[in-house]
Amino acid sequence: MTATDYNFAYLDEQTKRMIRRTILKALAIPGYQAPFASREMPMPYGWGTGGVQVTAAVLTPEDRLKVIDQGADDTTNAVSIRRFFARTAGVATTEATTEATVIQTRHRIPETPLTEGQILVYQVPIPEPLRFLEPRETETRKMHSLEEYGLMHVKLYEDIARHGAIATAYAYPVKVEGRYVMDPSPIPKFDNPKLCSPAIQLFGAGREQRIYALPPHCSVVSLDFEDHPFEPSKADAACGLCGATDSYLDEVITDDEGGRMFLCSDTDYCAGRQAAGHRGAAQEDAA
Amino acid sequence: MNAPAPVVASDAPLLRVRGLEKRYGARIGCAAVSFDLWPGEVMGIVGESGSGKSTLLGCLAGHMAPDAGEVLFDVGGVLRDTARMAEAERRRLARTDWAFVHQHAHEGLRMGVSAGGNVGERLMAVGARHYGDIRAQALDWLGRVEIAADRIDDRPTAFSGGMRQRLQIARNLVTGPRLVFMDEPTGGLDVSVQARLLDLLRGLVREMGLSAIIVTHDLAVVRLLADRLMVMKDGLVVEQGLTDQVLDDPQHAYTQLLVASVLQV
Ligand SMILES: Nc1ncnc2c1ncn2[C@@H]1O[C@H](COP(=O)(O)OP(=O)(O)OP(=O)(O)O)[C@@H](O)[C@H]1O
Ligand SMILES: [Mg+2]
Repeated sequence: MTATDYNFAYLDEQTKRMIRRTILKALAIPGYQAPFASREMPMPYGWGTGGVQVTAAVLTPEDRLKVIDQGADDTTNAVSIRRFFARTAGVATTEATTEATVIQTRHRIPETPLTEGQILVYQVPIPEPLRFLEPRETETRKMHSLEEYGLMHVKLYEDIARHGAIATAYAYPVKVEGRYVMDPSPIPKFDNPKLCSPAIQLFGAGREQRIYALPPHCSVVSLDFEDHPFEPSKADAACGLCGATDSYLDEVITDDEGGRMFLCSDTDYCAGRQAAGHRGAAQEDAA
Repeated sequence: MNAPAPVVASDAPLLRVRGLEKRYGARIGCAAVSFDLWPGEVMGIVGESGSGKSTLLGCLAGHMAPDAGEVLFDVGGVLRDTARMAEAERRRLARTDWAFVHQHAHEGLRMGVSAGGNVGERLMAVGARHYGDIRAQALDWLGRVEIAADRIDDRPTAFSGGMRQRLQIARNLVTGPRLVFMDEPTGGLDVSVQARLLDLLRGLVREMGLSAIIVTHDLAVVRLLADRLMVMKDGLVVEQGLTDQVLDDPQHAYTQLLVASVLQV
């Protein structure tokens, strides 16, 4: 089968129009989970089918696409999605955050601040922030429509009671434009402040058939208590490769003796800093 | 023992019910129910199984929509029909002005949430955002329902039936509701556990001046707690009046049977 056998970006035009209508609705009601008829994609659920459908619906031939998985451009998942669109849409791809017009992501927001005109598409496994305490879908929908969000604080209360502090480190719930409570997908809470952005942010959940969105510059507040305020914390360390102290770090095991090192999870950011001459402890040891 | 005399603090009822009816298809759940409940008053509803007690309570508390009639509740000095108000407003009343104690505690508790979280939920639902304050109030309420402070972080799954029921009561009363609905609050518990729970309820009712509607088939509960009594049969109210009057001098043949059967036990 050749690339020309596909419609542009794989999905047929009617499906893309349906998804675009849902995206517009989601943008008009920030944080609201708009339902859509999710299509079969040539990849299993859990591999970002929601994000892929949203990306397919917003891509134009002029776009330049970046795909990251946990901040990295070179993981299997990121590479296969990037290749998928290079083949089915023929769009240019890039690893540079600043050059991308559309970025599909799983579990991270790039460190380099996004700008107006960029679109960030999230892959979302579970869109419902209330699911943890209220499994009934009819009830959670009602709670959203009636703005009954006490339960979200019960979850945070339980965290503090059990761990002495809010232990939720990923998928930290936010309130959007003072109205809808939203799950920002499993990004680290370190990324939450970046949710207030000049870029358009779209969230796609394939299995659960929901799309939600943050239009540029909308207000996104992380839930907390007065005496336990939200803290966008991260490992208190510097990147071993580029020395960055302001980026989100992964701890990686470097040898069989249990040696460990912190590295930027955003590979493009790290590479950019190294190219600009920044060096971390590991690089200096090697030198 | 006699129930305390009703405290009538206002010249308007807290709740006024007129011509209430609920059907399940052709079958009557309850019908032609009318009464007034005054502030500080406790009303008991008794009747045999299937007589419509839970159906009536469910309609009053907004859990189900009646087919006819009015349920007028005092909202800021105005009697409003809660059966016809917007769901958002009714649910707001349900988590502020009303409380509902279920017979089976697990229906009224979050079993996966700690005792403290269960009590704190209503506080957080009405906007409490200070963890220390919420916890202090939860502790205070656990004490009032005789649950040891060191159980605050345990889940109700680790509690006995009596403790769960007391936790459910604390969770409901923490925000100081104006009207408490209880459906068989002592049902399904051991006799000694029932007695302790009744004692506790009576203390709280007196201390807080609670207005309450209590469904039960246990006349001892009614004697102890209720100022007024309503007797139901086949979905209809067959007799109502002051508790002592109804129990000591029942007029309707069915009530006479009910009272007599209890005395025989
Ligand atoms: N969901 C339902 N569907 C159909 N009929 C129902 C339903 N719930 C109750 N009924 C019927 O309505 C009538 C009143 O039932 P209800 O549960 O209100 O009685 P009750 O007085 O609370 O009984 P119990 O003492 O056993 O709790 C009964 O005839 C019952 O069978
Ligand atoms: Mg019943």
